[in-house]
Amino acid sequence: MTSTLEFQPLRLPERVQQLRLEVRAFIQSEIDAGVFNPDDPETDWEIHRQFARKVAARGWIGMTWPKQYGGQERSFLDRYVVNEEMLVHNAPNTVYFTADRQSGPTLIRYASERIKSEVLPKIIAGEACFCIGMSEPDSGSDLFAAKCKATRSEGGWRINGTKIWTTNAHQSNYMIGIFRTSAPTTENRRHGLTSFLVDMKAPGITCNLIDQMSGIRDFNEVVFDDVFLPDDQLIGEVDGAWKQATTELAYERSGPERFLETFAVLRNLVGLAGNSADQRLGEAIGRLVAELHSLRRMSVSVAGMLEAGREPTAEAAIVKDLGTIWEQDLPQRVRDAIAFLPADEAFDRFDEVLQFTTRIAPKLTIQGGTTEILRGVIARGLGLR
Amino acid sequence: MQVDTIVLDSAERLFQDVADIQSVVSAKNTSWKEKLWSGIEENGLNIAAVPECLGGAEIGLQSALGILRIAGRMALSAPLAETILAGWMLGAAGLTAPTGKIAFGPARFGDGIFMKLDGTVSGRASHLPFASECSHAVLLVQGHQGLSVVLVPLADAQITSRQSLAYEPLDHVTFKDVQPVASAAAPAGFDKDTALLMGAAARSMQIAGAMEKILAITMDYATQRKAFERTISKFQAVQHGIAQLAGEVAVSLSAAESAAEALDSLLGAGRGFDDPELQLEVMSAKIRVSTAIRKGAAIAHQLHGAIGVTNEHILHRLTLRGLAWRDDYGNESQWSEKLGTLICGRGAEALWPLLSTR
Ligand SMILES: Cc1cc2nc3c(=O)[nH]c(=O)nc-3n(C[C@H](O)[C@H](O)[C@H](O)COP(=O)(O)OP(=O)(O)OC[C@H]3O[C@@H](n4cnc5c(N)ncnc54)[C@H](O)[C@@H]3O)c2cc1C
Repeated sequence: MTSTLEFQPLRLPERVQQLRLEVRAFIQSEIDAGVFNPDDPETDWEIHRQFARKVAARGWIGMTWPKQYGGQERSFLDRYVVNEEMLVHNAPNTVYFTADRQSGPTLIRYASERIKSEVLPKIIAGEACFCIGMSEPDSGSDLFAAKCKATRSEGGWRINGTKIWTTNAHQSNYMIGIFRTSAPTTENRRHGLTSFLVDMKAPGITCNLIDQMSGIRDFNEVVFDDVFLPDDQLIGEVDGAWKQATTELAYERSGPERFLETFAVLRNLVGLAGNSADQRLGEAIGRLVAELHSLRRMSVSVAGMLEAGREPTAEAAIVKDLGTIWEQDLPQRVRDAIAFLPADEAFDRFDEVLQFTTRIAPKLTIQGGTTEILRGVIARGLGLR
Repeated sequence: MQVDTIVLDSAERLFQDVADIQSVVSAKNTSWKEKLWSGIEENGLNIAAVPECLGGAEIGLQSALGILRIAGRMALSAPLAETILAGWMLGAAGLTAPTGKIAFGPARFGDGIFMKLDGTVSGRASHLPFASECSHAVLLVQGHQGLSVVLVPLADAQITSRQSLAYEPLDHVTFKDVQPVASAAAPAGFDKDTALLMGAAARSMQIAGAMEKILAITMDYATQRKAFERTISKFQAVQHGIAQLAGEVAVSLSAAESAAEALDSLLGAGRGFDDPELQLEVMSAKIRVSTAIRKGAAIAHQLHGAIGVTNEHILHRLTLRGLAWRDDYGNESQWSEKLGTLICGRGAEALWPLLSTR
């Protein structure tokens, strides 16, 4: 039985840490100029758009991609620190985040030449927002139950059906979605789904925003009514989408977004405690910081594995499992820590951050694959399945 | 610094040959202990962190701590961590290490051990691991002119024997005007908690090693044991338990290795023990690994069923040691409080810059 898990204590090279400081200085200047508030995620889309252009102008989108499409072929670790600084400061990075992390790499690997040369430069310029069309009303964890259909039509395909929970569909220029092109076979229930690039401005697409308990309005029901897709928007193999999703998942799962989403509440807790933390509060803060540091070191180590060309599937799933559980629990543990503090004005301001992070906590272990699904992935990686 | 895989491999072979957990559990007597220790000395593992100029092997702190991860996997019952750290501390102070087993302390916050003007040592080292099996102790003590490293003969101290959670010696040692064999001013960069911090790094590696082995034997068991006409590893609840155990193992290995690397490279670059990066790394490791063993041991025992609580089974040698090691050289609550104080003292805006330097 193989159970060897190895996490080399990778250190980010000096050059990469230098880049981090540049990114941080840029972010600070944006905060100082009042563009956004790191304690309160920005909801104004126009600010996100302008921010994406500024980030693009600095060369920080698609920085690992081939030069031929406008990328810089920089290391994955460069991207890692840019991403980390943006997330930890709650920067308005929504326009390019998904495209930079996964849609772009998928296109590079599987899309037609026309699509690559047309779309990748737009992402790099901060002009193309992507959404992911996987989930449907009757198909969530069980991706392979998807029913939303793509049928052959002259020069391309026609799409009919519904996707749901599609984050930022209403603001996106493109979707990469999976659609039913044939029935599953008895030997392979994963057969029959095909991945396509969808132009979200194509006729026949309706996005209906769905409100979340946190007040966030970013995910949608997306209805397709006979939407036409030209042939060269096929991504990869017809009926073979299931073969295509392996390495990208490791990038998606092990990144700092899997433990930093509620970081603001920890930073604010340290601020609230000030220099007068008693033993109980000090202990609580120290423990949380130790856990965050440990998660981060694991995530950096996985980044090193990816950079070295390995496929750390189980390791990445572990980072996401531990990371999302931690960031979900964080607001509750912060609440415990402050139980005996006086309820003054500073406390009330702090409480707003605490409330927001508590309201978003439940989604953290659902989005991008639930805890239960991840644990299955880990078990498979260990050879138990 | 490169990890010395040759030394690590020979340590692994030695431990397997003479102190394999199953053989130790089944052993009728403790003759393996002698063999183990002479093997340790023959291979120079005891002097792994002693400088070459003082007759040591000087394989670097990261590798020396790496030996302890392997020792942890074997649930090794010997003062190897203590002796390695004692040799390291003596070497750092320019003193030569004796042969034999050496205790290392203080191992608890709040111990008061002092050196008087006449050079004698007095005070109490509580819960000092393996003291009753050791000929000497190396202690970081408070003197009139700052900290000193002392090598004291334990024959001249009063030892109250007691046992740890894992039935290992964890003794109270009282010194009354004991003349050290050797002493020297503590090197620049040491502070009063240096022995505790070094011990914490060592115990983190030992616990991480024990966790690795706990995962391996739990997977072996789960893929062999049958219930309801199925191998239990086919039950989803069992798979999820193992997945969580693997997560705790992963974070333990990562944190402990990170701390070991940090100690090696930061001290090598001339930083002191008051360095916040160094403190973050080592304290975090001990805190996180101690939480991990609690959860990991519980899962492993649950999945083993009754056989796992028997004396004959090897599981308890790993789980009880892992749990006991939490209390040596600062427990997770104490280190958390220290780390929290450090973080609060630096302020909210300094938190992320510190984390992201590592
Ligand atoms: C904030 C947010 C944003 C999202 N954004 C997107 C997006 O942009 N694009 C997109 O396609 N989707 C998106 N999703 C959807 C997300 O991927 C799904 O919610 C997720 O995959 C789970 O599917 P489900 O909600 O249908 O739950 P279900 O699959 O119905 O699961 C319900 C419960 O059953 C458990 N369960 C299911 N199967 C198993 C099993 N085999 N073993 C054990 N337990 C099981 C699950 O773990 C869960 O606890 C988003 C979700 C959220 C919350």
